[in-house]
Amino acid sequence: MAIKDYIRERFFPHMWCPGCGHGMVLNGLLRAIETLGMSKNEIVMVSGIGCSSRISGYVDFHTLHTIHGRALAFATGVKMSRPELNLIVPMGDGDALSIGGNHFIHACRRNIAMTAIVMNNRIYGMTGGQFSPLTGYGAMATTAPYRNIDHGFDIVQLAMAAGATYVARTTTYHVKQMTEILRDAIIHEGFSVVEIMSQCPTYFGRKNKIGDAPEMLEWFKNTTTPIGSKAKQEDPSLIERGVFVQKELPEYCSEYAKVVERAMKGRS
Amino acid sequence: MSDNVKFLQGNEACVEAALYSGMDFFAGYPITPSTEIAEQMAIRLPRIGGTYLQMEDEIASLCAIIGASLTGHKVMTATSGPGFSLMQEALGYAVMAEIPCVIVNVQRGGPSTGNPTHVSQGDVNQARWGTHGDHAIVALTASNHEDLFRVTVEGFNIAETYRTPVILLFDEVVGHMREKLVIPNPGEIPLVERLKTSVKEGIDYHPYLPREDGRLPMSDFGAVHRYNVTGLFHDMWGFPTDNPKIVHGLLRHLVDKIDNNAHKIAMYKDFYVDDADRLLISYGSAARSALHVVENRRSRGERLGLLELQTLWPFPAQIVRERARGMQSVTVVEMNKGQVLEAVKSAVDKPDRVFLANRTDGVLITPTDIRNFLRVIKGKGI
Amino acid sequence: MAKPKLKAHRIARDWCKGCGICIEFCPKKVLELDTEAKAVAARPEDCIVCKLCELRCPDLAIEIETEREGANHE
Ligand SMILES: Cc1ncc(C[n+]2csc(CCOP(=O)(O)OP(=O)(O)O)c2C)c(N)n1
Ligand code: SF4
Repeated sequence: MAIKDYIRERFFPHMWCPGCGHGMVLNGLLRAIETLGMSKNEIVMVSGIGCSSRISGYVDFHTLHTIHGRALAFATGVKMSRPELNLIVPMGDGDALSIGGNHFIHACRRNIAMTAIVMNNRIYGMTGGQFSPLTGYGAMATTAPYRNIDHGFDIVQLAMAAGATYVARTTTYHVKQMTEILRDAIIHEGFSVVEIMSQCPTYFGRKNKIGDAPEMLEWFKNTTTPIGSKAKQEDPSLIERGVFVQKELPEYCSEYAKVVERAMKGRS
Repeated sequence: MSDNVKFLQGNEACVEAALYSGMDFFAGYPITPSTEIAEQMAIRLPRIGGTYLQMEDEIASLCAIIGASLTGHKVMTATSGPGFSLMQEALGYAVMAEIPCVIVNVQRGGPSTGNPTHVSQGDVNQARWGTHGDHAIVALTASNHEDLFRVTVEGFNIAETYRTPVILLFDEVVGHMREKLVIPNPGEIPLVERLKTSVKEGIDYHPYLPREDGRLPMSDFGAVHRYNVTGLFHDMWGFPTDNPKIVHGLLRHLVDKIDNNAHKIAMYKDFYVDDADRLLISYGSAARSALHVVENRRSRGERLGLLELQTLWPFPAQIVRERARGMQSVTVVEMNKGQVLEAVKSAVDKPDRVFLANRTDGVLITPTDIRNFLRVIKGKGI
Repeated sequence: MAKPKLKAHRIARDWCKGCGICIEFCPKKVLELDTEAKAVAARPEDCIVCKLCELRCPDLAIEIETEREGANHE
């Protein structure tokens, strides 16, 4: 299937701003799904609220556009009630880690099989550029007009500590890596977290004088490096890209199936 | 004693009724005085291959059951005041996206953490208007286990019929009280099952286009129709729109499907109302004391009657108006500051004849309390 | 295996928002913005079919159409 077969073409051109990284995530995700040859009926996409979360309207899967921060909780209900479905849960950084932070760490902890994609543009795009828990110390936002004093999360560290069994980071500049990581994350049997650094030229780029979309991609290229690279040793401020964790641990739905088995046999 | 005869708590009766209804997916977070529901579900559901999920909070619990409802399951969550407060946004989502689900609120004293182990009926208006925006809602209650069982089964039936969240507004006394319950045989109470679409694969399916009778046949997530579900105003395919015509039409549909069927949703019980000259209106555990007073006064020849409400929302205004007509006084017996009182006043022809007999200190209102109120009302010359 | 050869840059003009990403990161500088701020293939003959423009387009507006070299002789 061509990637156009996976989208709802009638809603294009989409609503994202010119150069918004979220469209690039959509592009990369569709290619990952295409290489896996998945059927549209076996995929459920659950999203929350934000520019990023609008992604679910554009894909021709079963799509559930929910409320701010709660996508993983809805997805947990879908998955537990139909474990054979593939759940993809794209979220904004505010969606996933501010209002939805609690659901995020608990989904990691349960190791329930689904793919959480954090489209990290380090800003609240939909509401017009306020700082998020990923904006980072010293950056500018409409609600941090004298620079931000909140420190940012490290999504990868957080997901690892919370127990996710597949954790990776990439950027919209690194499209081929993005597609490979998403493909592996989708087939991973457990909870996978993919952080994709995504550009919001309209707010983060402008407020922080990084420039337009191409300049922001250049910035991703220059400020990131493969995990464990020599460049990282020389310049510790570089952000590492790649797969940080990939391990097999009991998956939640299969564990629950064992609970059912024990209950039916009257054992504990 | 037959297997069908049980001596149990109201919370356990609620579990029995949910299982009788075919509910097989429960998600929750413990909170007094509803916790026994979760504990029983954790034991019972795995035995029948159902799902018990303990989520990280009440928000997640309601979100999870909405997700499970979309794959075709009958679903439930249970909580009390603080948890019910947390659920309000997701409740509105279920209203907007028309997701059948049942939410139990075993009421305790509020506001805030309030009076966790004591009874209250303070969440009646929260059930009505807790989530934001214009909407209609269904909230049911009961005063004893037999009724609680029926009301719970009816709650699932209403949720499926109208594709709506249904709130079961029980209270601490009924939830924790132990009483005999004869569980009806299968088939004794009719069950409404999920109405599934008959639209075949490849044919355009409109998940949000009501049939002539107002019902919306569903397609399970994972089945052949792929569509969108959103909390935004949406068109008949489920896609967001702000077209004023569609916004207007959808809101009207959401409200009308409940309010226009208020007479079908109305559940209530009349006790000695036919020849009464004074009327009590009550619900939940308060109605137990109210019935006691009525029976006691009847034996002394007083013409006191009781209308016990089981449907609180949509408010059965017509029933209340008819029953109140010609009464010297109407006294609403409840355990809050007069939440149903206000609804009764706006329903009846003579609101100045409507009085409140209440108690809000965490103690069940007693027959003596009610008699004292009635004496005061009588003292006013009514 | 034969190397794919460019047939055409298929660019959906109504989807393109003129962000300039394809232009900036084309290794051969094949693309340009036209007077309506839409991407066009100004020098298609330089295209090496790396498809980076297609892969990076945030608007899914670019498709690189190829034909396999020597396909006519098979
Ligand atoms: C409960 C609630 N609070 C606040 C909002 C307003 N709101 C909508 S989107 C959003 C933040 C979006 O930021 P992010 O999740 O990072 O996604 P982005 O738009 O940047 O892609 C906020 C605060 C809301 N919809 N619901
Ligand atoms: S505001 Fe930012 S995140 Fe939202 S669509 Fe525009 S560029 Fe993208």
